[in-house]
Amino acid sequence: MKILVPIKRVVDYNVRVRAKADGSGVEIAGVKMSINPFDEIAVEEAVRLKEKGIASEVVVVTIGQDVAQDVLRTALAIGADRAILVSMDSEIQPLSAAKIIKKIVEQEKPDLVITGKQTIDDESNQVGQMLAAMLGWGQGTFASKLVVENNSAIVTREIDGGHVMVKLPLPAVVTTDLRLNEPRYASLPNIMKARSKPLTKINISDLGVDITPRLKHLKYEDPKKRTGGGKVANVAELAEKIKGVIG
Amino acid sequence: MPILVIAEHDNKTLHPASLHAITAAGELGGEIHVLVAGNGASAVCEQAAKASGVAKILHSDAPHYAYPLAENIALLIASIGKNYSHILATATTTGKDILPRVAAMLDVSQVSDVTKIISADTFVHPIYAGNIIETTQNTDEIKILTIRQTAFSAASSLFPPPVNGGRSGGGGVAIENIEPLAASGLSEFVELQENKTERPELTNARIIVSGGRGMGSPENYKQLEKLADLLHAGLGASRAAVDAGYAPNDHQVGQTGKIVAPELYIAVGISGAIQHQAGMKDSKVIVAINKDENAPIFDIADYGLVAQWQDVLPELETLLAK
Repeated sequence: MKILVPIKRVVDYNVRVRAKADGSGVEIAGVKMSINPFDEIAVEEAVRLKEKGIASEVVVVTIGQDVAQDVLRTALAIGADRAILVSMDSEIQPLSAAKIIKKIVEQEKPDLVITGKQTIDDESNQVGQMLAAMLGWGQGTFASKLVVENNSAIVTREIDGGHVMVKLPLPAVVTTDLRLNEPRYASLPNIMKARSKPLTKINISDLGVDITPRLKHLKYEDPKKRTGGGKVANVAELAEKIKGVIG
Repeated sequence: MPILVIAEHDNKTLHPASLHAITAAGELGGEIHVLVAGNGASAVCEQAAKASGVAKILHSDAPHYAYPLAENIALLIASIGKNYSHILATATTTGKDILPRVAAMLDVSQVSDVTKIISADTFVHPIYAGNIIETTQNTDEIKILTIRQTAFSAASSLFPPPVNGGRSGGGGVAIENIEPLAASGLSEFVELQENKTERPELTNARIIVSGGRGMGSPENYKQLEKLADLLHAGLGASRAAVDAGYAPNDHQVGQTGKIVAPELYIAVGISGAIQHQAGMKDSKVIVAINKDENAPIFDIADYGLVAQWQDVLPELETLLAK
């Protein structure tokens, strides 16, 4: 069984970004970039399925500039077998991303796609669902548990009121929630080994996908700053303040 | 063209979250239709028909709509989607699951987690854990939006219940049956594991008491229940507390959990990472109790108390009970 894991390079989760002064974008020059944390969980899950002997190959794919190779290498160091970079300079919107990954799915023919439920930059939470729709596959979003057996994926999904379990015939798309697993730290030998694993580049223009942006970004702003920092001296004072609020 | 709102429900009751999407739809200008796909969900149709601003209910009834599997519901929505200028759902886990699938089937984009409607095609939503507020224009013919519940008020129920038990909601709102589509065969519902609670749901609660890793153990976290009960508050948690097993997953407040904006948010033993703040910083009043005076939660708290929670809770409960 082959697993494809689409991943994205994003601003590291510890960085607090700001809008550019002229509102034209987000200030990310010189900022630390990392693999999207949910995608890292997806890579880990795929690699665990391989270690259990359920999957035979784990392929990771990302869309972006050459610098995005670093997150592919991160995924290879976790244990993915090979990587694909779809080279593209311009901004990538979720609908286009799903169309591009669909093309890669058609080339690679995986039995399962695992990806993060959302990226922590645009937070759209769309690509997995869109990809599943385009492929005509089932989707198990926000997975906190994944069991693959008898040509099905049994997915426990984190939902607002608890959990729901669904069964999807393969092929299918699964998107990861935080508690699916805790990704390993790649060991130094594995980081070294990852450098020599195969990484293929595909030019976006060779895929024949319509990537015309549908969303126009008009303005980026910092949120209204909250004035906090108020302190109370003791519990009695705190109780008075709380009573004042709840009336 | 009319606007379609997808109702969320459990076949008996309309989920209050959907009332917020109905309010957002009202700001777009256009007749509002509400889709109720369910199994024996007539009561839901009648409730939705009473919501202010709703012109028509579309009811589709089938056993395979009993649980809203995205594969089945998206097929149904996409089949009628071309009749609408906008398709909306609240950004609950159900809305987030279904609508992108609809968008792809209609080959249109989606704007997620809308907090403000500027015009029929221009929307505001937070990105980067709420650190950036983006205004975006959707150039597609059909605009698909998920709505952040806390950013829009709930539509009120203006109309009295139907008098003669007829198949209509109040105020002459028509309930139209639409033919269900065959099950997709792409997914199968196995089981629902609900976390039952008598407390207010987090996204609707007026007051929330929330615990973090600083609580130290599941038993300690449970001690927050007393304060929550006293205040009729919802019970929340930070990601760290959920990861550590102190609280169930649906208690999580934050970027990837629930987004809340109660009148009062009491954070106990929560340091206040960016990702947690993204889920609660729009609360009207924030109270923080933490032993670490440098905890980031104090930067956004209106009333901070630097103390061990163990030294605070009993006295606070006594004082508040008075």
